Amino acid sequence: MMIKIENLTHKYSVGTPFEKVAVDHVNLEIEGGEIVGVIGHTGSGKSTLIQHLNGLLKPSEGKVYINGQDIWADKSKMRQVRFDVGLVFQYPEYQLFEETVYKDIAFGPRNMGLSESEIHDRVLKAAEFSGLREELLEKSPFELSGGQKRRVAIAGVIAMEPKVLILDEPTAGLDPKGRNKILNQIKNYHDQVGNTILLVSHSMEDVAMFADKVLVMNKAKVFAYDTVENVFARSEELKAIRLSVPQITNVFHRLNEEGYPVPRNVYTVAYAKRKLLAELEKEGKLHA
Amino acid sequence: MLRDITIGQYFPGHSFLHRLDPRVKIVLTMIYIVLLFFVHKYVGFAISVVFLGVCYVIAKIPLKMILRSLKPIVPILIFTGILNMLFVNTGEPFFKWGIISISWDGINMAVVMAIRVVCLIAASSLLTYTTSPISLTDAIERLLKPLKVIKFPVHELAMMMSIALRFIPTLVEETDKIMSAQKARGADLESGGLLQRAKALVPILIPLFISAFRRAEELALAMECRCYHGGEGRTRMRQLHMGAGDAIAACITVVVSGAVIAANFLPLPW
Repeated sequence: MMIKIENLTHKYSVGTPFEKVAVDHVNLEIEGGEIVGVIGHTGSGKSTLIQHLNGLLKPSEGKVYINGQDIWADKSKMRQVRFDVGLVFQYPEYQLFEETVYKDIAFGPRNMGLSESEIHDRVLKAAEFSGLREELLEKSPFELSGGQKRRVAIAGVIAMEPKVLILDEPTAGLDPKGRNKILNQIKNYHDQVGNTILLVSHSMEDVAMFADKVLVMNKAKVFAYDTVENVFARSEELKAIRLSVPQITNVFHRLNEEGYPVPRNVYTVAYAKRKLLAELEKEGKLHA
Repeated sequence: MLRDITIGQYFPGHSFLHRLDPRVKIVLTMIYIVLLFFVHKYVGFAISVVFLGVCYVIAKIPLKMILRSLKPIVPILIFTGILNMLFVNTGEPFFKWGIISISWDGINMAVVMAIRVVCLIAASSLLTYTTSPISLTDAIERLLKPLKVIKFPVHELAMMMSIALRFIPTLVEETDKIMSAQKARGADLESGGLLQRAKALVPILIPLFISAFRRAEELALAMECRCYHGGEGRTRMRQLHMGAGDAIAACITVVVSGAVIAANFLPLPW
């Protein structure tokens, strides 16, 4: 599923003194099958941009193509676009409304007009992907804990089996354990299904660990769109727009500057550990 | 689309009317509205309409705003107009067809009622255009204070009003968000018959109610944490003051009222 954004501009409150350009002439092409991390400051246009991908917002200027199809060309196909491009909002647990978890997850598939047995299969599959135990399905979503609610909401979108899944800060407000759990589940889901995932995040660590590519938004424009390595290699530029690189990268830059023989292109703790151990082993052999 | 709703419709400005004490404005508006129902002659109506028009000019409220506040009552105007014309049958007949008869008195009544309702709405809109919701609730609290003698919870009522006003924009925003989220899951809010549309609202209303209750609980807790315990012994940050301008406004209104009532006794047929 390829996403192509052409010259997209979005303005809020047009014609009033509060007019604001949230997305400014953005051009972007996202190939299918990758996890794309989307980073940027609050107000940089991330949320506005992603709401264009499934037609919740209408561009003030420019076009959005999903698989070569201009999504605003035929408004009657908009619902299909929304099934193809699933969007999980920030704090999605506040959208739950059904009596049971099962019914809430089934809301999306039911809107698609699927058969009961198909809905049943999809709900079970989505629940499994999101790490919800089966006995939770008959509970009321309002009895669950915050993290469980969030997973129900994510499952509700996954159950539509979207070809593109967009998650707007899926880990906001969760504890570190809950964060990792949700991100790992998303990663596993991606590995099994192989769809495109856009992950909006404020955490450089999360992006470095889970994403293949990074989209950096700054002041309503695309600042960079490249692989994780290439984007974080531009750490000076990122710092200039007051964004950071993963902490571990900073540590390794500093070590490198202090004269230790460590590489600068280290973005995850796991990779750092491997590199360091290899380096220490070498030293050990040298001294031995 | 939800962002377009304006409630409280305050129109910021610094005119003479904006600066009047809100208590004075409320009382004078009430006097004016009561006055409308004492008028029987068209001369009186002319004076009241002109007076209101002058007030709008002083407040620098554009004509567009008056029309906007009158728009929702157009159906009511038409409906009462028709009823009045059909059911007031005294006086000379103007038109007769089968059982339908329209008399001059009926037409007269319809016109009079229309003018009254329009002036009433325009006058109360002028009050909300020139007074911020917060000062309105302050003024209401102050005006209702005598009712405390009969244990009427004046302060609590005013607090409820200001909290309600405070949360309208928040809830509008929340509704917008929930609607987007459900639309992203394929909810269809824009097509289908009345019943279908009503059903489609369920996925929006339930989360909205839940979040409203949650917010209410959190707010109550936060207020209690800051030792809020009702109006007893509570002082106000903004004190209301009456000045010379308020006296002038009051005098003018009284004079105009006098003129309007006097017009009733003029030996004129209209």
